[in-house]
Amino acid sequence: MSLLLKKEGIFTSLQDLGRFGRRRFGVPPGGAMDRAAARIANLLVGNDESDAVLELHYPGPEIVFEAECIFTLAGADFDGHIDGSPAVNWRTHIGRESSVLRFTQKHSGNRCYLAVRGGFPHRSDALSDRRTNRLPAGHRLPCLPVPLHAPPPAVGIVSNSILPAYSRFPTVRVVAGAEFSLLKEDNNALESAAFMLSRNSDRMGFRLEGPALRMAGNGEMISSPVDFGTIQLLPDGQLIALMADHQTTGGYPRLGHIIKADLPLAGQLGPGDGIGFKIVEIDEAERACAQMERDINWLKTGLRFAYSPTGSKQ
Amino acid sequence: MNIQPTRIFPLGDSAITVEFGNELSIELNDASICLANYLSEHPFPGLIEAVPAMASVAVFYDQSTVGRTYPSYETTLSAVRDMVSNALLTAPVRHSESGRVVTIPARFSGDDAPDLGVVASFAGVSPDHVIEIFLSVEYRVFMLGFLPGFPYLGAVDERIAAPRRATARTSVPKGSIGIAGGQAGIYPSASPGGWQIIGRTEEELIDTSVEPPFIFSPGDRVHFVRD
Repeated sequence: MSLLLKKEGIFTSLQDLGRFGRRRFGVPPGGAMDRAAARIANLLVGNDESDAVLELHYPGPEIVFEAECIFTLAGADFDGHIDGSPAVNWRTHIGRESSVLRFTQKHSGNRCYLAVRGGFPHRSDALSDRRTNRLPAGHRLPCLPVPLHAPPPAVGIVSNSILPAYSRFPTVRVVAGAEFSLLKEDNNALESAAFMLSRNSDRMGFRLEGPALRMAGNGEMISSPVDFGTIQLLPDGQLIALMADHQTTGGYPRLGHIIKADLPLAGQLGPGDGIGFKIVEIDEAERACAQMERDINWLKTGLRFAYSPTGSKQ
Repeated sequence: MNIQPTRIFPLGDSAITVEFGNELSIELNDASICLANYLSEHPFPGLIEAVPAMASVAVFYDQSTVGRTYPSYETTLSAVRDMVSNALLTAPVRHSESGRVVTIPARFSGDDAPDLGVVASFAGVSPDHVIEIFLSVEYRVFMLGFLPGFPYLGAVDERIAAPRRATARTSVPKGSIGIAGGQAGIYPSASPGGWQIIGRTEEELIDTSVEPPFIFSPGDRVHFVRD
């Protein structure tokens, strides 16, 4: 079983939830920009949440199914159509042999996730240069075969309450970084302004344009580890928010860190979108993360039943 | 450990940084590597990885696992703080002498060394003398970063410690050896870069047939020799 990329699309890549354990060698974990969408997409087709998914940008690829399979789309809405019929996000669909999946319009978000039942074999080489990691036209993506004994369970609609509150101009919560208190004059500067994503925004990081922020002192530091979501202040007063393919260490002042629960909102942004920040205490960040995990576990439990032999007979 | 951190602070809501100082020092780097190794060898439930840098360690953890394992703590951050504090009490400090010695043969002329002239002008000595000074030092791998497998080496002799180029090159060839102030580095793969390139090696810094697939680890010592 495989999928054929008939047309390439922009920056189409296989992603999972990241490869950990090699940051000490300078290797960032990488993985999906919007982990919530990747996890939910996998759960909807009965996969393990950490299975590999396709991360698509707009214009998306044209994909031919070479055998029958169950698939789902999640995250950004690129108006997916399977053989001309709408393939709505956050639901399961069936691709028949030689069915064609196309994306016709960018409705919202910047990264759409395609999960297929059974999953894609994981990337074997986490060291490959991520800039050339993208999949070209003509590429065949093998899928792990799962026989389609029965139609997919009527999963219905995923409750909006567990989906990230996507927006082109979200306000994301951040916990203060080690150098936050050195912000000159106005500690509120980070919270009171809106920042726009410049064209130089990609999977490594978002360059943000807004009022120049100033620090007391020169803020010079020796390199120290950073993370997905770290917001650094550059010498020119502008900000950079590190994304999934960030470098593992940095020497710029750390003003804050986007909390785990809100990273999916940032992960869906692209050039021209905006972002605002709200400082929260660590306990609020942890409660938000725990809530997100409870929601996903709830979905996981429900779908495990739906995909079990008894469940699918209903 | 006999070296105590200057501060411990959250790096977001799923990591914590233990900072031993803000300067390049073998002592502080040793402390960082030892704490990271100790945590990796004695992981607490929920530890994802402990990452040593120049003079600090970041401890990445999974909130859910820590929260489930230590429900009596008000926050998972406070549980991790306690775990790290305990590790600081018990982690032994081994000195850099335990690091392996890696020899890197390299060429230091022509196309392999496009910035050698700039560094020579900076130092006010001949290009040959620059290389002589460069080769006379045993370097230490303070950390890896920037690119997978890229070693930050120190310390470059002050006389040849030229600052970064004003504008970065869009592509620096694989194997290039660069200087940026008191630091040296080797590009494991072609990449944009702003360091002053004074030589190049044919050695592969990444070998995917072994685990881990990198020839350098934090704390290793490095000798350069003429190829």
